Amino acid sequence: MGYSTEKLSEEKVFKDPVHRYIHVRDRLIWDLIGTKEFQRLRRIKQLGTTYLTFHGAEHSRFNHSLGVYEIVRRIVDIAFEGRPEWNEEKRLLSLCAALLHDLGHGPFSHSFEKVFDLDHEDFTQAIILGDTEVNEVLSRVEQDFPKRVAEVIAKTSEDKLVVSLISSQIDADRMDYLQRDAYFTGVSYGHFDMERILRVMRPKEDQVVIKQSGMHAVEDYIMSRYQMYWQVYFHPVTRSAEVILTKILHRAKDLYQNNYSFKYNPLHFYSLFKDQLTLEDYLKLDEAVFLYYFQMWQEEEDQILRDLCTRFLNRNLFKYAEFDPAKEYKKLAELSALFVKAEIDPEYYLVVDSSSDLPYDFYRPGEEEERLPIHLLLKNGEVRELSRESEIVDAISGKRRTDHKLYYPADLLEKSPENPYVKQILALLI
Amino acid sequence: MLKDHAKIIHAVAVSGEVVGRKKLQKMIYIAKKMNFPFQERFQFHFYGPYSEELTLRVEELCNMGFLNEAKEDKGNYFQYRYSLTDSGKEFLGLNSIEMPSLQDCLGDINGQSARFLELVSTILYFDNLPETEVIEKVHTLKKSQRYTDEEMAQAFGFINGLQQKAKH
Repeated sequence: MGYSTEKLSEEKVFKDPVHRYIHVRDRLIWDLIGTKEFQRLRRIKQLGTTYLTFHGAEHSRFNHSLGVYEIVRRIVDIAFEGRPEWNEEKRLLSLCAALLHDLGHGPFSHSFEKVFDLDHEDFTQAIILGDTEVNEVLSRVEQDFPKRVAEVIAKTSEDKLVVSLISSQIDADRMDYLQRDAYFTGVSYGHFDMERILRVMRPKEDQVVIKQSGMHAVEDYIMSRYQMYWQVYFHPVTRSAEVILTKILHRAKDLYQNNYSFKYNPLHFYSLFKDQLTLEDYLKLDEAVFLYYFQMWQEEEDQILRDLCTRFLNRNLFKYAEFDPAKEYKKLAELSALFVKAEIDPEYYLVVDSSSDLPYDFYRPGEEEERLPIHLLLKNGEVRELSRESEIVDAISGKRRTDHKLYYPADLLEKSPENPYVKQILALLI
Repeated sequence: MLKDHAKIIHAVAVSGEVVGRKKLQKMIYIAKKMNFPFQERFQFHFYGPYSEELTLRVEELCNMGFLNEAKEDKGNYFQYRYSLTDSGKEFLGLNSIEMPSLQDCLGDINGQSARFLELVSTILYFDNLPETEVIEKVHTLKKSQRYTDEEMAQAFGFINGLQQKAKH
């Protein structure tokens, strides 16, 4: 019996608050979960700084990765099994790609990647293809199996049907994180009838389509995506924490580049600061490491780094004002100049945050060949784009809602109410 | 602040008009691969490199009134045309962007068909691979497009030309 077909003597189950149980029967999947690179995901939160707004949001990328695996397992073992369009040989490839799709995420990914110009997708590839435990386990299946898994995750695989299970506008990744994030944040928006969607999913040529009878369940899923974005992912308080986190990393990098002598040497950051990050260094980074440095940097001589770290750890975040760039971009230049006069560095203390800074995927019918939309399978066998059939989806995907906010340290300004520049700043902000 | 928005406005300004969202995506991706400092992150999607960040940024610019978007119903799909508005011109006047050879490069790119740009951007996406593997990748991933050897050679030539222009 080959490794790829080897089953555990008894099925293993993980208790899960979203899917109740996550079932593992394949030896390969069990071994992958045990690798150190996969275990590292326990130390990276799924929602980064969201826990500062919704205190329950402490769940990790480990939880989510298992959840995505479980959804794909249900699709291939239950919904697709025996269907002529589905090739059973793709089962293991699909399960591995689902389990490992987020493997390269770093600590507080959004801010971290922005400041250091990195992409977690590159690290996912590097971990799967490099000298790692994950690579060693995958290679036991076949020599080129790691490459095939990596290509599915990078969406450059010729197995487009498998790609669309993991990454499309209705995929296992989104179905898991919406429900999981709703559960852990405690909001009531992210719920939809996943069981129904799984029952009406059909493999068709190189994509997954939805039987027309399941349209209303899909409408619910699209609405849930829309609401979760505005209510949870783009919450202004979370964005404020994200702004401060980004500025901490910028400041530390800037200080290093200007030969600042740190009281506590940021050893874990050196290769990042020097643009010489190796995979080995990357895998040593997690959120506990970041929080350790933030703790230490509260005692640094540099006032900006010290202040930003103290703010982040004590949740003393920036306040925000609604900002309309179309009408107020001149005011922004004015504010920036006043901040300089008031001796508050606008580079770190006056920040515009836009919805495009947190790219998130609303459902997009798209233009022809811009991005693959959700297709409904009609009774006559034809396929039709979802928003052409659903008025609800048409209504929310046709309207553009964007948002911009201006973040600033209200407490710092209020400390100097008599400063004439601060007076002018407050008059402009309020 | 708003520098990344200004860069996109500048790209549309120097291109005159851009017809098609797909084309706009490919134009910015190709320019980014020519080392013009666009910040939007691209990933490979069903039809090639695509940036959700760019889609959102363009939506924001339309909402701000800096870009004009005209929508045409083509039956099975909608097509969008982008151009600069007067407010966009004024904004750009106050947030000048220095990318001297961008106009030349984007002019060349905008003059090509979306089909050809899909080929060029796919080749650039795999530019870490040897040329023979890149060609194989294109044939595998873009089977339905049936790119000919001649088109493939043209695309490589086009990329070389752009790289020379982008240096100046």
